[in-house]
Amino acid sequence: MIAQLTRAEREFALLVLTLLASCGLVMAAGANDDLFALHGGLVLAFAVGLGFLVLSGLHTPEPGDSRLAEYYDDPSRAGIVLTMGWAVFGLAVGDWVAWMLAYPGLTFDAAWASFGRIRPMHTTGVIFGFGGNALIATSFHVVQRTCRTRLAGQFSPWFVLLGYNLFCLLAVSGYPLGVTQSKEYAEPEWYVDLWLCVVWVTYLVLYIRTLARRREPHIYVANWYYLAFIIVVAMLHIVNNIAMPVAWNHSRAYSAFAGVQDAMTQWWYGHNAVAFFLTAGFLGMMYYYLPVRAGRPIFSYRMSIISFWGITFLYMWAGSHHLHYTALPHWVQTLGMTFSLILLVPSWGSAANALLTLNGAWDRVRDDATLRFMMVAALFYGLTTFEGSFMAIRAVNSLSHYTDWTVGHVHAGALGWVALISFGALYSLTPALWGRARMHSSWAVEAHFWLALAGTLIYVFSMWNSGVIQGLMWRTYDAGGTLAYSFIDTVVAMHPYYVARAIGGALFLVGAAIGAWNVWMTIRGPLAATQRAGDDRPLTVLAGE
Amino acid sequence: MPETGHALTVLLAKGFGLFYLLALSVGVLIYTFWPGNGKRFDHAAKSVLRGEDRP
Repeated sequence: MIAQLTRAEREFALLVLTLLASCGLVMAAGANDDLFALHGGLVLAFAVGLGFLVLSGLHTPEPGDSRLAEYYDDPSRAGIVLTMGWAVFGLAVGDWVAWMLAYPGLTFDAAWASFGRIRPMHTTGVIFGFGGNALIATSFHVVQRTCRTRLAGQFSPWFVLLGYNLFCLLAVSGYPLGVTQSKEYAEPEWYVDLWLCVVWVTYLVLYIRTLARRREPHIYVANWYYLAFIIVVAMLHIVNNIAMPVAWNHSRAYSAFAGVQDAMTQWWYGHNAVAFFLTAGFLGMMYYYLPVRAGRPIFSYRMSIISFWGITFLYMWAGSHHLHYTALPHWVQTLGMTFSLILLVPSWGSAANALLTLNGAWDRVRDDATLRFMMVAALFYGLTTFEGSFMAIRAVNSLSHYTDWTVGHVHAGALGWVALISFGALYSLTPALWGRARMHSSWAVEAHFWLALAGTLIYVFSMWNSGVIQGLMWRTYDAGGTLAYSFIDTVVAMHPYYVARAIGGALFLVGAAIGAWNVWMTIRGPLAATQRAGDDRPLTVLAGE
Repeated sequence: MPETGHALTVLLAKGFGLFYLLALSVGVLIYTFWPGNGKRFDHAAKSVLRGEDRP
């Protein structure tokens, strides 16, 4: 890790870490509230810890110039390990929350373990920890391969990866303590948001500089999706998090928005976080790893371009479907609904493109669990986007909104699409990056696939049942014209589904834990006889040499 | 003093919004189906399958 950095880069890293440590120290020493002080301490410890790591390698010999003729994959390797770690953590907390909903005693009477504090630990852990690290790690890999050029810089990729993980750490450690601005998927407070802003702009600059160095005339479509993910997330993050801190040394801040404007800004952010964090980036992953793994070019490159522009420009207007039947003007709700319906076209364009690419290679899908992960992910992508467009219709939303149906929909996307495409990508990337012939255990990949699929199906079906029953019970009137069920009646009716959901989640968690073990064992396993680390030519090609 | 609040937002959304999205769609379709671009796209689609291990 350090050995690959030049002397100047090591010194620059130390300088940046010193600055970061100073910030942490000032935060901790000058804090006006304990939570801010604690986070200052965390920043300080993070910077000092990394500082020791850099110092320990400060005097190792510098790398030669020959490194410039190779791809730079160290950050991707570290990113893969972090991805699997966050996956297990985020899913474990998620399953804890799931059991807690069935058995409320699982808060153990501790304030920090109440549902409202643990749930964002789960969402941040899986979306930003697991999903974000997977996106960063794969984007670094994909941009280099598709542009046939090395990453533009050696320090900035590390700054992006580790800085991003500091953001995740600050976010997740803040929630149980009560540090939150109460915006869904944007819970971190102002100072954590500012830090992410710096990291994200660095990511954008690094990505664009690498694209500018490309040796291919055309920018491969996967990069368009990754770039849309980076640019739009920057835009969403900055606008939704505009806030005024109580004081420079206080963790609390107040949003610039209020009332219905606040709601609209939040769901413009929230829905586009789904669109650009959980969709565009992962589509980038799919458009690279699926054709490569299948050994076939994408079915229609033209369709991928139309889908790209459709998704980037239509999604932007769909957020208001989260606010049907609220104080938001009726025409804005209708606008969101209409755009959500049109969105089905580019969404199914991508899903169909993936499946048609595999048409003619079904034997490989049958034999190769890694490719099967990607195939099922594309299926779930098609299913979830159809469901999303359907639920955005105001009349359907009157039944589904505020019920578990929404939770089921989100998890069909998050487990079925986002997680499965990530696992598929990581299983093809891990052996390649470490120069291994294959994953340590192909049986473990197979087991992971079936556990993940079973877990997702159990989860989604139980939430469909639960959500529809809940929605119907809420709107059932008796002969006298009053509501037939009290709220607690609906809670009792949900119990069996909550237990089923928690079991589904447990299966998914076990699968991910097996995956993490498999990745670790692959990293520690022997080098393939014919392949060096960083050599990701297919083995079939190498075998012919 | 021109109206700058809700009414202007509605005007922009329903007027400019409609036409710029239509123009964008047409532009994207022209770019995508421009005959000269076909070769580029084919090349790009196949380029990811060439497994080279260095830049």
